[in-house]
Amino acid sequence: MGAGISEITIIGGGVVGLSVALGLVRAGHRVTVLDGSDSDLRASQGNFGLVWLQGKGADFAPYCELTRKAVAAWPGFARDLADLAGIDLALDQSGGFEFFTDPAELANFAAALDRQQAHLGNRFSHEVIGGDDLRRSYPMIGPDVVGATFCALDGHVNPLRLLRALRCAVVALGGRVLADAQVTGIVPGPDGGFDLALRGGGTRGAERIVLCAGLGSPALAAQLGFITRVRPQRGELLITEKLAHRLPFLSSTIRQVDEGGVQIGGTKADAGPDDSETLEVMAGLARHAVQVLPALADVRVVRAWGALRVMSPDGYPVYARSSRHPGASLVTCHSGVTLAPLHASILAEWIDGASNAPELEAFDENRFALSDAA
Amino acid sequence: MPEVDLAIIGAGPAGMAAAAAAAGGGARVLILDEQPRAGGQIYRNLGAGDDARAYLGPDYFAGRALIAALDGAGIRAEFGATVWRVEPGGRVVWSQGGKSHMATARHVLLAGGAQERPTPFPGWTLPGVMPAGAAQILMKTSGLLPRDAVLAGCGPLLYLIAAQLIEAGAPPRALVETQTPAAMLGAMRHLPGAFAAFPMLFKGVRLIARIVAAGVARHTGASGFNASPTGDGGIVFSFRTGRRAHQLQTPLLLTHQGVVPSTHISRAAGVAHEWNAAQQAFQPKTDDWGATDVNGIHVAGDGAGIGGAEAAQAAGRLAAFDILYRLGRWSADARNQRAAADRAALRRAWAIRPFLDCAYAPAPEILAPEGDTIVCRCEEITAAQIRQSYAEGAIGPRQVKTATRAGMGHCQGRMCDLTTRGILASCGAAPAAPRARSPIKPVTLGELAALAAHQETSS
Amino acid sequence: MKIASRFLTRPDTTGTVRLTVDGAPFTARAGDTVAAALLAVSGDAFRQTGKGAPRAAYCMMGVCFDCLIEVDGQPNSQGCMTQVRDGMVLRRQHGLRRLSGDEDRA
Repeated sequence: MGAGISEITIIGGGVVGLSVALGLVRAGHRVTVLDGSDSDLRASQGNFGLVWLQGKGADFAPYCELTRKAVAAWPGFARDLADLAGIDLALDQSGGFEFFTDPAELANFAAALDRQQAHLGNRFSHEVIGGDDLRRSYPMIGPDVVGATFCALDGHVNPLRLLRALRCAVVALGGRVLADAQVTGIVPGPDGGFDLALRGGGTRGAERIVLCAGLGSPALAAQLGFITRVRPQRGELLITEKLAHRLPFLSSTIRQVDEGGVQIGGTKADAGPDDSETLEVMAGLARHAVQVLPALADVRVVRAWGALRVMSPDGYPVYARSSRHPGASLVTCHSGVTLAPLHASILAEWIDGASNAPELEAFDENRFALSDAA
Repeated sequence: MPEVDLAIIGAGPAGMAAAAAAAGGGARVLILDEQPRAGGQIYRNLGAGDDARAYLGPDYFAGRALIAALDGAGIRAEFGATVWRVEPGGRVVWSQGGKSHMATARHVLLAGGAQERPTPFPGWTLPGVMPAGAAQILMKTSGLLPRDAVLAGCGPLLYLIAAQLIEAGAPPRALVETQTPAAMLGAMRHLPGAFAAFPMLFKGVRLIARIVAAGVARHTGASGFNASPTGDGGIVFSFRTGRRAHQLQTPLLLTHQGVVPSTHISRAAGVAHEWNAAQQAFQPKTDDWGATDVNGIHVAGDGAGIGGAEAAQAAGRLAAFDILYRLGRWSADARNQRAAADRAALRRAWAIRPFLDCAYAPAPEILAPEGDTIVCRCEEITAAQIRQSYAEGAIGPRQVKTATRAGMGHCQGRMCDLTTRGILASCGAAPAAPRARSPIKPVTLGELAALAAHQETSS
Repeated sequence: MKIASRFLTRPDTTGTVRLTVDGAPFTARAGDTVAAALLAVSGDAFRQTGKGAPRAAYCMMGVCFDCLIEVDGQPNSQGCMTQVRDGMVLRRQHGLRRLSGDEDRA
């Protein structure tokens, strides 16, 4: 182990990588985060900022429980980050709606929430509210809305400030974050340790590594013998000009960011690596927004974009420690914002080897091997 | 959805010349412009009936023929039409009268022209500070003449506007120029090459003589711009020349640091862009005909690199000739033969650029401001905040934008992209052109939603 | 309209278009944009930003969005891209725009 080698190198400087880095640097490790280039896909710069439980893991109890735990940990996590980085994350966990214009879709989703309720028991509750009842409480909701579900535990955060706060917090605690350090190859050393090849021709050694490179991870994961191959799933988003008015509620598709703009999103498309914004989806998002809130019709969209979610084969997080190359771990998920408090605590401890964390075992990548065999 | 051979975005010199040339070759042309009538900024409001403003000079009135040619057969012109999306494949979407419309074109020519370079310095957001070009637009469209204005910055437009104001009987209080005698001397080496543009140079010399003869106070080598408000709404403009500090009071401070290509539309269409170091601006990569790396998209005029109105007309025609060739209407030989005159005009017009770009290079303090100077006017983000984000690891335009919100407002970065780039470059980064996306001008949710309803009923 | 116009009075102003700004009537020339019409009669700010800074029309060509003003009830309209019409009602904005149906409590 040569001098100057960081004890743990995190490959990927998005919300996931920086959350893990924060946990590890707090545990006293010397941590270096290798961040890529400005033009990388960077899901952390294109997401919706939900801290969301409703509907998560209805068909996979461990994910349900993990998400619940993360949501519960958010208030303390946000306070910690504000103290460390001096950045307010605008966390608001006053509950969230899912609005429906199709009765069948509402019924399906309500059934999913019942399954979620079965997993979580008294640690979860939700309501199904009819359209007219909804409009009695919120007269601004449009007549096309047939109903909504509500969960009091849901919330949102400013995701861009979260990213910046994580970075500043890691640095404040003595971690290093290197910009423009895109890892293009990983060679495990014969006696442990790893040689990392960097874009532009540089190399660096690492004693232990955590691969958190989002959509940049498949090739690197293969080099480490991991079998997880994430794929992109495009989501498109709109954001409007800022309003002085505060919308009285949050939904999984329409949320007002703390600065005042209304963000609209929630679409899913398999478009490969194409992160374009499309006319058809933009129009559909706008129609949804004015169906739910007709008063938004004269509000201008100032930006639209596509962003690529990082999806594992079954959509759930993957937390894997390599048995073939001790010291290498893989972390990937598409709910990096919601799960951030756990990534910065129990996940970091588990990567560190300090705990067994049985709640994380269900997320090992061996579940893909089993299903392949089946 | 209407089908056309060629959709032209922008009815300035490049777009108008291209429309006439393409229609003359038999192409069905759709030309769109967000202003109420053709002309672009250079011929803004020309032909609107009020031609009593002789002080605007003969170059302004020279645009009449181009505007008249738009009435020719084969050209459909739409005004008040704000294009907000251009797709590879030729679908063009625009907003007009509160409604979005679409057309599909076999070829698209982007002729969006230029905008003034943002000129950030302390106080540039105050009422009473405007770009010089804005004052010229007010002269052209509304007959409004600045009262006791101070003109500050650099570039030929500053001289033209000063001369126009003198001619109109509203001479400016002072002309404060940032270019230094050293820059002017350095530019002299480009003069032999500018010989073909001698008439243009001569015009410039005459303008300066006119300003001097009118007794307008002139300061050169000025720096340290600062504007602050007076109690009665006026502006106190402070600056230095050498070691000497100056203060001028004026109701209206008009600034100028040259013009830069408007590239939102070409960037949002996916066209590759490059940095033009001489002009300190991004521009789309084009071939000799204005063709880009995106099949079916050409760019011509100032939007492809600043060359002025005469170059824009020539480039617009060259693009139209190439499009006629690609449409199969003309042979390559016919295209090349027809191009000769415009190629020569383009060479003449370009001959003066190296001299102008060098003599009137934007001031470094404007390109990369510091401290509390506002960079992003919409989100009110300062130079210090941009610099802080770089120090935190934001090494390119996208990370700076997401870290600071600079560029996230209504103008979508038009007033700050180049300044952010300048600050990053001054920090040692080599930032690429920022990505742009549709809608390239804000559009209401209701208008967008109507497109979805339309898609449903028509499918 | 506390601050005098920063432009000379137009000799040929035959203000034929009548409009109001914040309830005060004024006239404009047919063909003026809202921004030009306001600049012709007043040097005041068009609006205050979200942080309270005064702003007036700036680029006059639809680029900068500093001339935002409420036109006939539509907030954040670009004054420099809107032609005056007889009877037009303009309101200067103080801070961020309001939502339709949400009466300005300022």
